[in-house]
Amino acid sequence: MITAQNLIKHFGTATAVNNISFEVKEGENLVLLGTSGCGKTTTLRMINRLIEPDSGTVFVNGTDIRTQQPEVLRRGIGYVLQNHGLFPHYTVAENIAIVPRLLKWADQDIRKRADELFQKLNLDASLAGQYPAALSGGQQQRVGLARSLMVNPPLLLMDEPFGALDNLTRISIRKEFRALDELVKKTIVMVTHDVQEAFEMGDRICLMDKGEIKQIGTPEELLFKPANDFVRGFFDEQRLQLELRSVLLKEVFPESDASSEVSVWDRMDALLHPENGNLPADDIRIGDLMRAFETYKRK
Amino acid sequence: MEQTTGFWQFIAQQSDKLWSQTLAHVGLTLISLIIAILIAVPLGIWIARKQRIAGAVLGFAGVLQTIPSIALLGIMIPFLGIGPKPAILALFLYALLPIIRNTYTGISGVNAAVIDAARGMGMSNWQILTKVELPLAFPVLMAGIRTATVINVGVATLAAYIAAGGLGEFIFGGIALNNSNMILAGAIPAALLAILLDFLLSLLQRVNLKRVRVTYVILPFILVTMSSFYLLPTQIGGRMLGGFTPEFMGRQDGYLGLKKVYHLGIETVVISDAVMYKAAFEKKLDVISGYSTDGRLKAFNLITLVDDRHIFPPYYAAPIVRQAVLDKHPELEAILNQLAGVINDSTMTALNYKVDELKQSPEKVAMDFMRSRHLYRPARNGSGGTIRIGSKIFGEQYILAQMYKILINGNSELQVETKTGLGGTKICFDALTNNQIDFYPEYTGTGFLVLLQPDEQTTKKLGGDTDGVYRYVSQQFNEKYQIKWLKPIGFNNTYALMMRREQAQSLQIKSITDLTKHLNKN
Repeated sequence: MITAQNLIKHFGTATAVNNISFEVKEGENLVLLGTSGCGKTTTLRMINRLIEPDSGTVFVNGTDIRTQQPEVLRRGIGYVLQNHGLFPHYTVAENIAIVPRLLKWADQDIRKRADELFQKLNLDASLAGQYPAALSGGQQQRVGLARSLMVNPPLLLMDEPFGALDNLTRISIRKEFRALDELVKKTIVMVTHDVQEAFEMGDRICLMDKGEIKQIGTPEELLFKPANDFVRGFFDEQRLQLELRSVLLKEVFPESDASSEVSVWDRMDALLHPENGNLPADDIRIGDLMRAFETYKRK
Repeated sequence: MEQTTGFWQFIAQQSDKLWSQTLAHVGLTLISLIIAILIAVPLGIWIARKQRIAGAVLGFAGVLQTIPSIALLGIMIPFLGIGPKPAILALFLYALLPIIRNTYTGISGVNAAVIDAARGMGMSNWQILTKVELPLAFPVLMAGIRTATVINVGVATLAAYIAAGGLGEFIFGGIALNNSNMILAGAIPAALLAILLDFLLSLLQRVNLKRVRVTYVILPFILVTMSSFYLLPTQIGGRMLGGFTPEFMGRQDGYLGLKKVYHLGIETVVISDAVMYKAAFEKKLDVISGYSTDGRLKAFNLITLVDDRHIFPPYYAAPIVRQAVLDKHPELEAILNQLAGVINDSTMTALNYKVDELKQSPEKVAMDFMRSRHLYRPARNGSGGTIRIGSKIFGEQYILAQMYKILINGNSELQVETKTGLGGTKICFDALTNNQIDFYPEYTGTGFLVLLQPDEQTTKKLGGDTDGVYRYVSQQFNEKYQIKWLKPIGFNNTYALMMRREQAQSLQIKSITDLTKHLNKN
């Protein structure tokens, strides 16, 4: 879907992106991860030409994006920002109608699609006439997502989409987003500095530092087969939790009948907090779990 | 109560003039405002994109704002002449700063994330400007336009100084003629106009942001309609044009007398005496109303026309002093009278020429003259109380005030404080009666016609009688105001019609009667 080749971008004397190449497959969720200033946002913005690279090429669906007028290119790519970027002088309904109107959609088509997204995103229909300032942070972020999904673009770019939310809202919205059928089929490139978020949302993670890609691969690959010391060091602080989250219960206990959604972390969480009432009727204990996990890791 | 009745009577009598002045005022304000909006809004948007030059542009507009209005008008006369053109240009320049600054502030203040989202969604630069930036900057931008409008309504009164019309004609005429009704007839409509225009624009400002597009249509429509009231005065081709001060226009011994006695039929415009002589010299005007001792007469090579039917009354200068001051300092009268009969017309013109045209200081000119006439004595620096000398706001009065200062300092123990530049006759005279100053040089004709305003019979009887007028004002001032007229200084600074020397000679015009005949021929 996306092929980036040898992208280089300087700002003045500083090098923001230093000769990077990567691919994103159709339907894949690629997370650009790194600390601030690592070049992840610059990389993202080069995909919809908000920033033009000094050299290098980006192909979307096999077409060099430079052959397309930037405005036309951007209307076909969903874009979600950290601070939602909703127009303060437009109502919610007007805000989400911006791109469809640019594409000259008929009014009734816009209304139909908006109703559909309102339902899927758990937005109350009464919000349509409100201005963004009257909405909660979570609602604003959902409206921002709805706006980017209105014309059903196959590709979605998200720049720290949950960055402005408080921790609890962030976790619940993330969960909601993952379950959204609209997003399942889409190719998504997402920028974040939050490791948990990267592991939760990403099919693959592209770890960047100082304008270069340190490693690109699945969460498990980055955790268990780090390409270099930088990658290993990057996850050290949260290593155990990340490892437990990224390994499925089934992989540790092949005989378990747990679904492919349940990670070792989930199982352990259920053991530690039985009051939540989602303890399955097997007899795995914490000791067994940790021993099995260590064995799995050694393999 | 009498004052109020007089005001409404005045409005009723002058309603035609008031209406045309108001329309001219609205026109001047709005035409300049439209031009300012057309230039300042794009400029403000542009500098919001180029932050590096924003400071320079705003600084330049700020400097324009600090130029005194009358100076700005004066600078433009050689290029644009007199009339509406320089007035509109000046008003335009004054309106620039608030509009540029507010546009710049409004556009710069739009949240960057919103712009980024707009661009990321595929809006073009023009769409971002018209659908995002301008609507969000609109309240701030409108506030700037409102400020500019109110400023312009105020500054437009000065248009009367350069023959562009407007309510300033009444205001400055009223100040010059000591006519409160006339001042109010100009000032009240001007204030109402400022309030009204500001209110109309505030309605637009509060328009729902989504309906801003409507405003794009309404605002130009209103502005253009209102300014179209003001059709630029047609150029007077080939005919002679007279430029008279607001004061001259309203006086019996001025334009009114010219019409009545000489039946003078000349196109006229109202203009400030600060720019009048220059405008005549630049051939923007052909006939002007000057003063016979004005130094500019000499500087701009103008001649005075003979007043062969004696409509201009004598204007002999003499100090007028509050009687209370003379009672307190009896020596003062003799000291001031040392100047009596010392300066004749040509001497005064030469002294004025040194100050007005050679740019010598009034202090130096006064000192040189006093030394040459052996009237100078070194200052005694005494401590016997303070005498406050006032003067009107022109060179001749400054010189006289300095001469009296030298006399008092050299001949008494009194100290002197000069309060020069007290606007026109009314301001100076009010300062005297309200004990703000102790004396100032006044002219017999001014005291007679402007301050006393006698009935028509008295005016007719005493009209051209030099001694009669002096006796009349002396007696009346003493009775009414307890103010004493001391002996006249000698020169007669009367009104005179003036023309360029070469034009007057080629047309063989020597007197006002000649001028009337010439005008009637064409």
